[in-house]
Amino acid sequence: MTAVRTVPTDGFATTSRERRALTVQHAARLLFLLVALLLLAPVLCILAVLVVEGAPGLSLDFFLTKPRDNGAAGGIATALVGTIWLTMGALVLALPLGVAAAIYLSEYARDNWLTRTIQVAIVNLAGVPSIVHALFGVGAFVYFLGFGKSILAASCTLAVMTLPVVIVSTREALQAVPKAFREACWNMGATRWQTIWHIVLPNSGGGILTGLILVVSRAVGETAPIMFTGAVFLRALYPSSVFDKTMALSLHLFNVSTQVTNVPRHVPFAVALTLIMVVLAMNAIAITFRMRLRGRKKW
Amino acid sequence: MAEPQAEPSADLAIEVRGLNLWYGTFQALFEVDLDIEAGNVTALIGPSGCGKSTLLRSCNRIVERLGYVSTTGTIRVLGHDIHAGTASPIQVRRHVGMVFQRPNPLPLSIRDNVLFAQRLHAAHGPSRADQDAAVEQALREVLLWDRVKDRLHHRATGLSLEEQQKLCIARLLPTKPAVLLMDEPCSALDPAATAAVEDLIWSLRGRYSILIVTHNMAQARRASDQCVFMLMGRVVEHSATEQMFVAPQRQETADYIEGRFG
Repeated sequence: MTAVRTVPTDGFATTSRERRALTVQHAARLLFLLVALLLLAPVLCILAVLVVEGAPGLSLDFFLTKPRDNGAAGGIATALVGTIWLTMGALVLALPLGVAAAIYLSEYARDNWLTRTIQVAIVNLAGVPSIVHALFGVGAFVYFLGFGKSILAASCTLAVMTLPVVIVSTREALQAVPKAFREACWNMGATRWQTIWHIVLPNSGGGILTGLILVVSRAVGETAPIMFTGAVFLRALYPSSVFDKTMALSLHLFNVSTQVTNVPRHVPFAVALTLIMVVLAMNAIAITFRMRLRGRKKW
Repeated sequence: MAEPQAEPSADLAIEVRGLNLWYGTFQALFEVDLDIEAGNVTALIGPSGCGKSTLLRSCNRIVERLGYVSTTGTIRVLGHDIHAGTASPIQVRRHVGMVFQRPNPLPLSIRDNVLFAQRLHAAHGPSRADQDAAVEQALREVLLWDRVKDRLHHRATGLSLEEQQKLCIARLLPTKPAVLLMDEPCSALDPAATAAVEDLIWSLRGRYSILIVTHNMAQARRASDQCVFMLMGRVVEHSATEQMFVAPQRQETADYIEGRFG
């Protein structure tokens, strides 16, 4: 019979070795906190500069009047409207294609070489530089499909570029719907499509919407893919069809900051501020949706 | 709905002959022969991985969903071959319902849960009155009507686990199934809820033929007419429940039900 184990006579007092370990641990924590805070700096600086320099240039007039003198005077109305056309076009094209592809990958695809090839293609599509997308757009949409330099060609290019975002975010939303629901449906004799239509899609709407908003925020800011395919430096008319060329906010910003000489200092900042406000607003909505979706997991 | 209801010529709800089943190259079932009597509760017992659930899932052809499953042999439900050329898996699943270990009501209202399968199969939506009648009848059958009749439009996922599991049984009934398969239907429930669901299963006996997988020996003993003991993908023993627990024929059966392994 062995003796019952006891603890040391000084109870659970810390040793010097432990104290050293704790000091290192605190130092490490501080270091990583500082690095993390450093990440905030560029965001805050950009916002601060834009607000300080650009806010005086913002007014209702600025949004509602067309640019004059190559953008040196007047507002940004035609560019704003053009950006809305381009973004909506990209959305209308990318959303159905992306959601359909995501449904296939999430609900139908088996793990085989074809599925893996599609996955790799999506990852690679997401990694293609936007200027390459632009040149692809010129070749495929402007010339090969004969859309000419137009909103349609530019929107198609933006859609191809944003497809991976739609696919990945939609697929995540679909996969977040518990497998048990699908099993319940299948065991009641539902086909895959009935299961998707009645149960999976209605319960992943929030996630799909998030993807949609990310597409908007990405498409609003892109310059390269549209400058060869449909956006022009200056156009006095609002677009009247998808076969028109158009101005766009992002390209207008490039224009007034680098191409035109006598631009008042506040104009480029005001354009940039408008652009970033649109993008931030879109991202904020997307994040809110995502958080509400996570909070609602009370199946 | 006039349907070509199979005349229950045989007394057998399920008739399995020479069933072999492979998941890819792994064989899970070996030459299973089994006769499940109509109108009875039959318990499937055996250690984990012995093929109980696989056998259960073969009976409504849901194993096929996995894609890499192959089978040989036949399964007849109330005299009809479920793998016959003319048999559709959807019709099989409609007449052979499945209840799962974890209650899995759909994220819909209680009412919509009960009507879900019926709506899938009806060419035109039944009238509102017919739907109301179907909901009430199904919920009465599972002893849930009085508890939920005032909140039929509430989300089913807000019910207690016991109520959820009863609802999962109720939603099978409007399509008039003949056989109910249950995969450890009480193992996610507390003892009181287990007793309630067991009582329910016992009250469904007679109208439905019930095949129930369980790990709970006491449950198999008190809530089944027949007992099937499986081991390593084979049926070892099949007899009346009291006989199996009082005088098992095979040594493995005796060892298992007395808790010496599994």
